[in-house]
Amino acid sequence: MNVVVNETEKRQPRSSGMLQQLLAFASLIVLILVFSLLSSNFFQFSNLVGILLSTAVIGVLALGATFVIITGGIDLSVGTVMTFSAVMTGTVITSWGLPIPVGIVGGILAGALCGLISGVAIAKMKIPPFIATLAMMMITKGLSLVISGTKPIYFLDTPEFSEVAMGSILNAVIPGLEIPNAVLILFVLAILASILLSKTIVGRYNFAIGSNEEATRLSGVNVDFWKMVIYTITGVFSGIAGILMASRLNSAQPALGMGYELEAIAAVVIGGTSLSGGKGTILGTVIGALIMSVLTNGLRILSVPQEWQTVVVGVVILCAVYTDILRRRK
Amino acid sequence: MKEMQALIAMEGIEKVFPGVHALNQCRFELLPGEVHALVGENGAGKSTLMKVLTGVYQKDAGHIYFSGKEVQIPHTKAAQDLGISMIHQELNLMPDLTVAQNIFIGREPRRAFPLFVDEKRMNQMVRELLERMNLQLDPREKVADLTVAKQQMVEIAKALSFDSKVLIMDEPTAALTDNEIEDLFRIIGQLRERGVGIVYISHRMEELKRITDRLTIMRDGCYIDTLRTREVTIEQIIAKMVGREIDAQARPMIQQVSSETVLEVRNLNRGKVLKHISFQLKKGEILGISGLMGAGRTELARAIFGADPIDAGELYIHGKPATIKSPHDAVKHGIGYLSEDRKQFGLMVEMDVKTNAVMPSLPQFRRWAGVMNDALAEQTAKQVTEALQVKTPSIHQQVKFLSGGNQQKVVIAKWLIRDCDILIFDEPTRGIDVGAKTEIYRLLNELAQQGKSIIMISSELPEILRMSHRILVMCEGRITGELTHETATQEAIMTYATMRTGT
Repeated sequence: MNVVVNETEKRQPRSSGMLQQLLAFASLIVLILVFSLLSSNFFQFSNLVGILLSTAVIGVLALGATFVIITGGIDLSVGTVMTFSAVMTGTVITSWGLPIPVGIVGGILAGALCGLISGVAIAKMKIPPFIATLAMMMITKGLSLVISGTKPIYFLDTPEFSEVAMGSILNAVIPGLEIPNAVLILFVLAILASILLSKTIVGRYNFAIGSNEEATRLSGVNVDFWKMVIYTITGVFSGIAGILMASRLNSAQPALGMGYELEAIAAVVIGGTSLSGGKGTILGTVIGALIMSVLTNGLRILSVPQEWQTVVVGVVILCAVYTDILRRRK
Repeated sequence: MKEMQALIAMEGIEKVFPGVHALNQCRFELLPGEVHALVGENGAGKSTLMKVLTGVYQKDAGHIYFSGKEVQIPHTKAAQDLGISMIHQELNLMPDLTVAQNIFIGREPRRAFPLFVDEKRMNQMVRELLERMNLQLDPREKVADLTVAKQQMVEIAKALSFDSKVLIMDEPTAALTDNEIEDLFRIIGQLRERGVGIVYISHRMEELKRITDRLTIMRDGCYIDTLRTREVTIEQIIAKMVGREIDAQARPMIQQVSSETVLEVRNLNRGKVLKHISFQLKKGEILGISGLMGAGRTELARAIFGADPIDAGELYIHGKPATIKSPHDAVKHGIGYLSEDRKQFGLMVEMDVKTNAVMPSLPQFRRWAGVMNDALAEQTAKQVTEALQVKTPSIHQQVKFLSGGNQQKVVIAKWLIRDCDILIFDEPTRGIDVGAKTEIYRLLNELAQQGKSIIMISSELPEILRMSHRILVMCEGRITGELTHETATQEAIMTYATMRTGT
């Protein structure tokens, strides 16, 4: 074979990833344009902030889910682990009367612990990720109800808690820029996740495991350990999402959370991450999550009934993944 | 032979992939009842040419004639309809289905109510087919329970059940024992008499001499020559393949081995596959491990490397007892393992050269908080791959685009960067072309001279004889013999390799 050394070939793997994100980004822009043309209410500052705010929780969940999906695994428990963390935060702050920061740490730790347990079940007990996290989904759903006594926990004595997500540090720094903290947190976490995935050893092993787990193991990498780390990372993100959720609703709702995992996975997949592992980006996930909320918000503004919004999202998932497959086939 | 109408004639075939001119004015001709070898180094374009013939790839230009008529082969189904079948190196069988189910997959005979498969009739049809081929196989047996050789026979039977006139075999003997190879050759002989044309792709020159009528040589995507096998020597064939003469026989200079024991294995046991294995490996030594398929060689390598659990046994590294429960432990003790199946166990083929090369050593390139020092990793990968003369446009090239020999070098680079001093090579030259083989041999010798200790598992006797300071021969999970470089002969090895001790 005559190997022709040229610039395009050298850059091939990177540029195809770029193209993928460009396409997702382009669809997001097109969606925003279309909705702006169809309704004057859409492109308003308050509506855009609303979209970002509604992206925050699903977005953070999706960030976490991106990690496990790149390993070729799946986490079905992110939604209910989120709820569990919210309930734990609520318990720590309201029942135990401890300060808010302790409650936040408690919530994140609860999420991390759930992720770690899933990770142990998958890496050490060799239970397939689908089953292990399905079990974790049910366990956390049940525990949330048990701990809360099936009733929502309201943060009545600590009104400051709602400031965590709904306050605006940005507004304090730049007056007039009323962007809630939840949005800020989403973007800060996205940047952190991106660094974690592209610059650190965890990220390298993450892609390596998704690309060829056995070859990674035979390279002397402690695959079991790193898988546990990665599922724990996903748990931490779910925990943070739980705190955002609780803060936004000013209450921990134990019955909420089921179904969120599927929306998070949908956002990851729309963002171009492959469910078979080895490929994916955080930027893609953020765009994927935004596409989903822009879509729901836009359709709501156009008074499309909620039932139909769900149908549209389903169709979008099919289209997004199909275009991705078409492009890869070339 | 000249007067015969060619079964297949390919002319002026062109195929271009991004950045690679894979086929350049290629031609190929196959007569009925002919066994025609297709030879060339890896990356010469043999597989690509055959993929064009079987409809996997579309030619960019050129003509394909089937029995004199020009045909288009836009997809694999079209090739199948013409009667062109390919037996792949990696067998394409469903292990959980039976022999008959595999052979009739997709065209099962149905009962009157066509939702139901007529298993009885299917088994009967397969039984007749197998009898015609003189094969001792039960159609109802699960493919997973068959040996690799038998599975291959199932593949051949499947091809014949399509009434194939052209059969393409890609390295059919790679996983077979000598007896099994004889069986295969017998069946090839039968097929030839029935007028089936066979394209035979192999790196084993002795086989080509024995079984083929003509051979077509390719190099760098170009057609080089078509010759009558009878009229050429192996040296001439190799010379045409690589475009230069290679002295295939010369033994390299064997360096003196130090007396320092680097690795000692005592009484290693694992189920039925490894029994009472004990041996020592010296510094700077190349220890060859020979034996037939299924003798337990790969299992031994994997056990030492911690890839599979062991039942009993001790390992001593530099005289100190070592606990190795996982590849992670093994690597910490400076052991590196190069699997016989590079693509599945050795490499992440979708990732680039650099990522693969530094994979075992990532902690070395950590700065703080786990953030990678990519510049250093890149520089190291570049240095080592250059030193190993890995042929790649850049270290950012995906590994799947490299040839077998270069992929193997990337695996070697992995362990050199990790600074391992015990290297286990499992079939280091499998699927690698002649030119690259010589280079791998040179590398192994250099590594040994630098004081690395090497365990080399190989099925190719000439390779074992040529490279090893000392040879251990295995049979049925035991070490049945030990030979030194001076005393080893092919005959001695084969004697030990077949020395069954019973259970």
